[in-house]
Amino acid sequence: MSENHLLELAVDVVRLAREAGASDAECTIAEGNEFSAGVRMRELENLKEAGSRAAGLRILIGRKTGSSYTSDLSREGIAHMVKSAVELADITTDDPHADLPEAGELGSIDGDLRLYSADVEGLATGLKVDLAKRAEEAALSADPRISNSEGASFDTHLGRHIFANSRGFAGEYRSSYCGLSTVPVAREGESMERDYWDSSSRSFAGLEPAEAVGRKAAARALRRLNAVKVDTRKVPVIFEPRTARSLLDNVFDAVHGMLVYRHESFLAGKLGEKVAGENVTVIDDGTIPGLFGSSPFDDEGVPSRRTMVIERGVLRNYLLNSYAARKLGMKTTGNASRGLTGNAGIGHGNFFLENGVQTPEQMIAGISDGFYVTELIGMGVNIVTGDYSRGAAGIWIRNGELAFAVSEVTIAGKLQDMLFDLEPANDLEFRHSIAAPTLRIGEMTVGGK
Amino acid sequence: MQFSDSIFAQRFQITPGDLEGHLAEALSQGGDYADLYFEYLLTSSISIDESMVKSAAQGVSMGVGVRVISGEKTGYAYSDDLSPEKIRKAARVAACIAAGPSKVDKFDLSEGVRHNLYPVLTAPTETAFTDRVELVKRADRAARAYDSRIFQVQAVYADNLRHVMVATSEGVLTLDRQPLARMSVFALAREGSGMPQRGQSGGGGRVELGFFLKEKTPEHFATEAAREAITMLDAVNAPAGEMTVVLGPGWPGILLHEAVGHGLEADFNRKGVSAFSGRIGQKVASELCTVIDDGTIDSRRGSLNVDDEGHATQRNILIENGILRGYLQDKLSSTLLGSPSTGSGRRESYAHVPMPRMTNTFMLAGESDPADIIRSVPKGIYCVNFGGGQVDITSGNFVFSASESYLIEDGRLTRPVRNATLIGNGPEALKYVSMVGNDLKLDEGVGVCGKEGQSVPVGVGIPTIKIDRMTVGGTA
Repeated sequence: MSENHLLELAVDVVRLAREAGASDAECTIAEGNEFSAGVRMRELENLKEAGSRAAGLRILIGRKTGSSYTSDLSREGIAHMVKSAVELADITTDDPHADLPEAGELGSIDGDLRLYSADVEGLATGLKVDLAKRAEEAALSADPRISNSEGASFDTHLGRHIFANSRGFAGEYRSSYCGLSTVPVAREGESMERDYWDSSSRSFAGLEPAEAVGRKAAARALRRLNAVKVDTRKVPVIFEPRTARSLLDNVFDAVHGMLVYRHESFLAGKLGEKVAGENVTVIDDGTIPGLFGSSPFDDEGVPSRRTMVIERGVLRNYLLNSYAARKLGMKTTGNASRGLTGNAGIGHGNFFLENGVQTPEQMIAGISDGFYVTELIGMGVNIVTGDYSRGAAGIWIRNGELAFAVSEVTIAGKLQDMLFDLEPANDLEFRHSIAAPTLRIGEMTVGGK
Repeated sequence: MQFSDSIFAQRFQITPGDLEGHLAEALSQGGDYADLYFEYLLTSSISIDESMVKSAAQGVSMGVGVRVISGEKTGYAYSDDLSPEKIRKAARVAACIAAGPSKVDKFDLSEGVRHNLYPVLTAPTETAFTDRVELVKRADRAARAYDSRIFQVQAVYADNLRHVMVATSEGVLTLDRQPLARMSVFALAREGSGMPQRGQSGGGGRVELGFFLKEKTPEHFATEAAREAITMLDAVNAPAGEMTVVLGPGWPGILLHEAVGHGLEADFNRKGVSAFSGRIGQKVASELCTVIDDGTIDSRRGSLNVDDEGHATQRNILIENGILRGYLQDKLSSTLLGSPSTGSGRRESYAHVPMPRMTNTFMLAGESDPADIIRSVPKGIYCVNFGGGQVDITSGNFVFSASESYLIEDGRLTRPVRNATLIGNGPEALKYVSMVGNDLKLDEGVGVCGKEGQSVPVGVGIPTIKIDRMTVGGTA
């Protein structure tokens, strides 16, 4: 299908839905091509390549909604999708807040957000396999204790996202992704540990060199060897950027408008109040060119923007779609997110914690007895209550230095207290759509022996 | 089911000759094995929030995945268009993995062996929406009626009907029709202006809609979710450190899924990257522990008549009286390891490569009275409900997060405690099992297992067990 054909199809679907009785309609079409090359122990292990596309529809009849999707974009497939959505409006309830954004709220950011880079397209398969091999080789040859590997992979994804609604919005954007990662396994005596490193970018040119990816992965796996379990105690905890990002993920959940209106977040009802330390500033910005969290418009056709979430400890804004905004008597922040269909949920743009002053090294140097966390596992975070308890591994800090590897322990606290006790370092990098510098929490309970 | 009656023959006019042609194309560059996985999936979901049915959705997706195996290498491609030209094109892409003459020359497809574990006449997906919407409305009413302190209720009902067809270059053609339905209820309770607490419950299986009308009703799940939320209003901070942990029966079986299940998947062991690699025949648990993975239990969420590579599922013994017995195998690993497939090859959809996965994982019942188990603990924690878990299969460290648990003091349950993560090491944790109850229970049917980005439905089960030593991640 030609470029414009899918945009025309989306507009057509909206028109067909109106003709079938919908008072409003929103249509999303997604098209993607994925490629993946995997190598393991210096040999090609798998190749995967395919393209797909599908469409989704949400309609309103008055204040009742219905949703449907199909991967069959034939005339019959589309007709069936329209009929499916319309029939579902019969069983839903009149919801006074169900609506679309107002026409004046719709739109798209001008200018090139650099979400698509042509250099990702048309890379030779041989080159992609070779990059994965080089990344794995760099890890395997880094140290004799790297004796095994779960392999390395090079992946690309090229996509087109189309959205149209009955209030006059019709837009589309293309996106590209490429990523290189490797997972070496380190072994010494009875101790066996794995870790990974990855580099991803919207452009091929933006990737880290394969050798650097492999060396970092190897160093990470090696430093976990011979880990011990420490005694249970309360100490300062440092989250490196990877684990700090996962803590920011929890902060995102806590300012998620749908959880806020349902009182499912410990930050509900706290707008304008101090919820974190003076040095904590959290921003959501969907407008930074080239980053994974950027987009010209959200999944309701509202332009992406920059929203101050926590400003020097004060909760300034929740992240909202138009529904959560109506429920809370506010305005959408352009954070609507959904798959192909259904009522919009809420997503983030580039959601990040601002840099502090200290370097990570200074931060570590200031701790006589503490825990530097490099891995978190499990889902032990309760956003309703703020109870935080997760499995952790990392390195023990003794007298200002990273001393020995620790694993099979938990770290626990309350998010409310942790936010007040949080100090960011100055090494923020936008590697993913959620980003944070190294950070320190003054005191947490480490559960061990 | 006969091939000629299948949706693939009827609606898409696919013939056995087409399948043989696609397999030949897939092996045109060489290779040891090829398969085609056809999928036609119908889904629906309905949800209620604030006593309003705010969302109802249904959809259809279809596609075919083509796989070629050549030695240890796998080529994979898929198409969401089932026309012969598009399937042929996917087969040509998958074929690129191989080089040299194929070892397979002809395939006379004949229908393979499969179970009949969910002989559902009418799948929930095929019933009237007006019947299904009543389930979430009933759940909402029942949770609110349970206690005036319940102030928010959400209920989600979701089902799907998956038609699958697998054709392999070994000549096996299998068809299956896989219904699946699940209901989940979330409740929030609040006392005065205090901190809200949440409770959740859910269940389902490969069942007809009547299951939710007769066996496990919306009221059953709603009451359970509300009860948990109300219970948690009195919760105190969880303790921290090593202590005796008693797990209640049913869903706490997630321990087995994380502590041993993943580590016994054959792909990890073939590569030597699991903490269980090379340990077959060794003692990895106390002799009270026998752990099974069984894909053949009637109507269960984790059950399948055939796995996603066309093999009939089985009852597989993982650990027998504490001794590690076997791994979970898919086609690729079983070929490379020279051992039979255990019917454990699963995938999320046609767009995904199959891998060894669990089905329903549980521990056999022992002889202890559950009440005696609790009475035997001077100081510890009793966990009856969990959120989820995760494992690092290489170090063997795993966690699972308790959402409802109680302090045990002098052999009696005292206060409920707030959410806490439990952490242990797979090959070590079960060595500390000192009592196993006579009350084996399977979970209600809500499990979703994730591995390398692919999600599949699974089940777990366990009797009440006592673990003498495990680290609890509280703050007290």
